Amino acid sequence: MSAHAAYLESETKRARMMVTPEGIEIPVVIASRSARLGALMLDMMFLIIGLVVVDLLFDLIAGGVTDSIFEDPEEEAVAVYEFLFILGVIFGFFAWYGYFLVQELGPRGATFGKRILGIRVAARHGGRLTPEAVIARNLLRDVEVFYPLVYILIAFVLSMVGMSGGGLLWAALAWFMLFALFPFFNKDALRAGDVIAGTWVVEAPKTKLAEAISTQGAASVERSSGLTGARYEFGEEELSVYGERELQTLERLLRDGNEEALYAVHATICRKIRWDPGEGDERAFLEAFYAQLRARLENDMRFGKRKADKFA
Amino acid sequence: MKAPKVMGSLGGFFSRSAVEAPADIESAALRSDRFRLEREADWRRLEGIVARMEGGGLRGVDDADLLALPTLYRTAASSLSVARETSLDLATLRYLESLVQRAWFQVYGPRKGLFRWLREFFAGGWSRAVQALWLDILIAFLVMVAGAVVGWLLVDQDTEWYFRLISENMASGRVPGASRETLEESLALKDGADGLSAFAAYLFNNNAGVCILAFALGFAFGIPSLLLLVHNMATLGAMVWVFASAGLGFEFGAWLSVHGTTELFGILLAGAAGLHIGRSMAFPGTQGVLDAASAAGRRSAVVMLGVVLMMIVAALLEAFPRQLVGDPTDRYIIGGSFLVFWLGYFFLLRRPEPHALASGSTERAGG
Repeated sequence: MSAHAAYLESETKRARMMVTPEGIEIPVVIASRSARLGALMLDMMFLIIGLVVVDLLFDLIAGGVTDSIFEDPEEEAVAVYEFLFILGVIFGFFAWYGYFLVQELGPRGATFGKRILGIRVAARHGGRLTPEAVIARNLLRDVEVFYPLVYILIAFVLSMVGMSGGGLLWAALAWFMLFALFPFFNKDALRAGDVIAGTWVVEAPKTKLAEAISTQGAASVERSSGLTGARYEFGEEELSVYGERELQTLERLLRDGNEEALYAVHATICRKIRWDPGEGDERAFLEAFYAQLRARLENDMRFGKRKADKFA
Repeated sequence: MKAPKVMGSLGGFFSRSAVEAPADIESAALRSDRFRLEREADWRRLEGIVARMEGGGLRGVDDADLLALPTLYRTAASSLSVARETSLDLATLRYLESLVQRAWFQVYGPRKGLFRWLREFFAGGWSRAVQALWLDILIAFLVMVAGAVVGWLLVDQDTEWYFRLISENMASGRVPGASRETLEESLALKDGADGLSAFAAYLFNNNAGVCILAFALGFAFGIPSLLLLVHNMATLGAMVWVFASAGLGFEFGAWLSVHGTTELFGILLAGAAGLHIGRSMAFPGTQGVLDAASAAGRRSAVVMLGVVLMMIVAALLEAFPRQLVGDPTDRYIIGGSFLVFWLGYFFLLRRPEPHALASGSTERAGG
């Protein structure tokens, strides 16, 4: 439960309202920094695997060409080899930028990595996500991540062969950290590319519509338990104990349907409202309690009275 | 589809709506659940359309659904605001929030794909973006000229400076005091065209990297971009001095101009794009810093895409015509005509932005 509570808290901290051009407020949740790092790593993995596969294919073709150069050093083979080399360089360049550009401009606004982690790119102020913005945020990624990494690598290689790469290493590290830590110093977790492009990365949940609880069992109009046929009716006093927060916790429990949890909650509620707890009909009891509590709270809501939780 | 306003007993409500309500709705004890069950079909239809659009753009969606999309989207959005005020069903609220968000992304998704955008980019979008950066281009140009002059003057004063600006490796014999023959040879044609296309691909990767760097460094208020320009041009200025002092200034200019007019123009634009971002962050005017930075960033990104293309052209010019055409006059003609082409394309092509009104109003409402 505490892990879940911590998650809920971090979620409310990341919740934002995005106002669409026609003035509808849509809640969005800023993607967590860990999800974004994960997405980047996945995308890198896909890209590198893809490039290696293409490289192997090239080798298969060009390997034959190199052999034929040795056997028969004709102009043609050299030309073919050169052609393949150029094709490789151009392919690498377009794969590098195209992978992100094409996918983020697609209807999902996300690369494969982002899709797997359920996040997407969006324009920051509820506007339209434009190609310019996507290009800008992706051009900057190079400077944020790859150039410093390349320099760090160079510094390592230099120090390995005995040359002093110390200064370079520290400069590259500082450069890398500056951009890597950038998302931690603004509340929307923007990286430098997001700032330049006017974008942010948000969660893109695909929630399925759950069944309505109040149409089932003891919560429905008949209000009788399918098991015992008992009808549970709660009075004003008993329903005024809890608020919205408890109601929604109860809803989650009923939807999860964990017997032990239901049993424990049943006991707690019975103790709280001084009801004589029966045995074996916990679910029906809770369904009835849920439906009547919600009816009461929603009725109050219509008159502008809201009760956030049991302390309110 | 509106729920009748009945404040009385539940029984009263049922007797009135029993005729049209599906059986499922009757068994719901809560008004908010009936509200939900009545609208559920619309929501699910919207969800289906959105899912199809997410899957494959507009191809999988038939016309009737496409026409219904805006209405369904607005219905779902208003359902959400009603539900927020009347329902405590967390599952339904979460579902509606997610549905409205997904539908919104489709209704207000990127209006055109990358390829349609590219067509507009060539037909005027690129020139427009370059024109919008005129002040930054002017500043970057002055900085580049100053850099070249500084490089010249430094080496003119003390030839030791040359070796600080240009590494031994890169100089490859083109050093102060080198004989006229050595210098002449470095400008001469290479034998045949072997390996030149691979050389071009390498050059392109290299130069495009430098340009993207110049652009992205604009993030630090544009100063590193300018420093990069100064350094590059000081190197060039120093090299010009070496050749000029051997009496080869004209030939060196010819050698350089073939690809240089395109490449240096590209570097100029990249530096200007970086400067544009830095300037808008340092002096955001009436906008917030973030808004100013993102507006400048999007404009500069368009310029940068063009710069990458210019680098492809420059690399091809550097590898082929420069190594195959030897006569200085021919070289000047090639370089000069490219310069004229770029200038004309950027500053004479003036086309108004298509849908300027529509996109402008959206942005303003959003900001």
